Amino acid sequence: MTAAHIPATRNPIAALWWVPRGIIFGLMAFFIFGPLFNLLLWTVAEKWYFPYSLPLEYGFSSWAKVFAPRGGAMESLTNSLIVALLTVVVSLLLAIPAGYALARLKLPFRGLILLAFLIPQAFPNLTVYVNIARIFYEIRLNGTIPGVVLVHVSHGLVYAVWIATAAFSAIDAELEQAARNIGAGAFRAFLDVTLPLAAPGLMASAIFVFLESLDEFTGSYFVGAPDVNMLPLLLYTTAAGGNYQIASITALLLLVPSLVFMLIVERFLKADVLSRVGH
Amino acid sequence: MPKRFLGLLLVLPALAVIAFLFILPLIMSAVGAFQVEGAFGWGNFTKTFDLYTKDIIFTVVIVSLSTVLIGIASIAIGGYLTLGEHPVAVAILRWLYRWPMFIPFIVVGQILRTFLSKNGMMNNTFINLGLLTPLDAVSFLDWRGIVIAFVWKQTPFVALLVAGAMASINRDTIEAARNLGASRLRLLFEIVVPQVAMTLTVGLILSFVTMMSVLSVPLMINAQSPTMLTADIAFRVNSYGDYGVANALGLVSLVLAASVAWIYLRASLKERA
Repeated sequence: MTAAHIPATRNPIAALWWVPRGIIFGLMAFFIFGPLFNLLLWTVAEKWYFPYSLPLEYGFSSWAKVFAPRGGAMESLTNSLIVALLTVVVSLLLAIPAGYALARLKLPFRGLILLAFLIPQAFPNLTVYVNIARIFYEIRLNGTIPGVVLVHVSHGLVYAVWIATAAFSAIDAELEQAARNIGAGAFRAFLDVTLPLAAPGLMASAIFVFLESLDEFTGSYFVGAPDVNMLPLLLYTTAAGGNYQIASITALLLLVPSLVFMLIVERFLKADVLSRVGH
Repeated sequence: MPKRFLGLLLVLPALAVIAFLFILPLIMSAVGAFQVEGAFGWGNFTKTFDLYTKDIIFTVVIVSLSTVLIGIASIAIGGYLTLGEHPVAVAILRWLYRWPMFIPFIVVGQILRTFLSKNGMMNNTFINLGLLTPLDAVSFLDWRGIVIAFVWKQTPFVALLVAGAMASINRDTIEAARNLGASRLRLLFEIVVPQVAMTLTVGLILSFVTMMSVLSVPLMINAQSPTMLTADIAFRVNSYGDYGVANALGLVSLVLAASVAWIYLRASLKERA
């Protein structure tokens, strides 16, 4: 072990380290990409059954079925995107003032307030959503897009508020003070100095909320269905019906935004913000 | 206007959403847990513990085991990213580990169901490589499948938090210890991990409560008995319309999750003291 620390990278022993590295990285790659590759195969498998390890025929007939006007996937996709975007807007409108207050202003019970946003993540949502559906039914929000958005907001707020709080506390308070000193009002200073500096962190929280909404299944089921169809619901019903092709294509539609965001999230979520999450 | 009132005013709208869309229905479900045909009583809980004690233990064991494995994996990944000496190896790992992070749970359930089944791609690959005979192939679609799904999906999230916190540690202490001849393993556990303990705890608690609430993974991977409480709740509601027992099961999971959140609260209060 100590021998490897001596800066002798051309040492043949150092090259031997690629054996354990290769095995570990290879296993990781197999377990991460294997299931994803399997999914891709299912989306283009025309015929695939036991005991064959690969599909017998490939084709795009399932894709045609999904995107047919009566396939239902287009409606689910549109609904999912509308709901996710509205959820982001509402969550940020709530989280920006809250995060600013939690980061900068003296608040009583600050720890408890932070914890309060965790509550929706800390309880099996199922029974809660059943009761929300009952309330929404009374006020005619059940089966509407605003109803589903509200449910998703309550669920995504923990990401929005916690990351917004971390983003604001990572900014030097003196910058805002300097703007105040040269005559800017409190709101002006916030809008022109603090908000732009916090923008990357807020963007990251928007990404988390968007994906949380896209991912959400239980709430959409109780509050949305059958009037508002969403992609996760389509995936669940087709998978339960044993139609792996349609289920895999729906899963792929949910996967693509997730992977794109995964590739860009670190551009927005810097280490100085990350280390403050939950503090 | 005193600053604390302004602060509360800014937090209030967000808190109101939580209050009306979560805490109110939560109270309704907690009250519902004690209601048996219109009257208050313990009937739902007697039934819950008669029928589901095994599933309660099953849930606790699965979620705890997954949390421990996620913690170990995230420390290993974060530690290697921080202390690893070969830039190419570090770059490979940084590129590799994050892929599952944002994949929705329901998608994880679907893709692992096909991957881990008896004739799934995992067993097929091992058979083709000669590591396994077709007769020895078993399905992993039981408690192991659920643990694999949870670790698969949650590790990147915790590892990202942990690696971020590790990256913002002052490098001087690490270099000083390294110059004194400390091995990388000692550096990791005696210098790096203690400094990110808070972030690690937050990440693991978030994962714990997330796993307690996931319905799609147990439904898709293992819906037979014993299964997780979320699947039981869905079953009670869908098959029997039995909201009393469903609410009681929900309350049991709340107690389990709350005990974990309590650990966080105590730790964060101690840190601030």
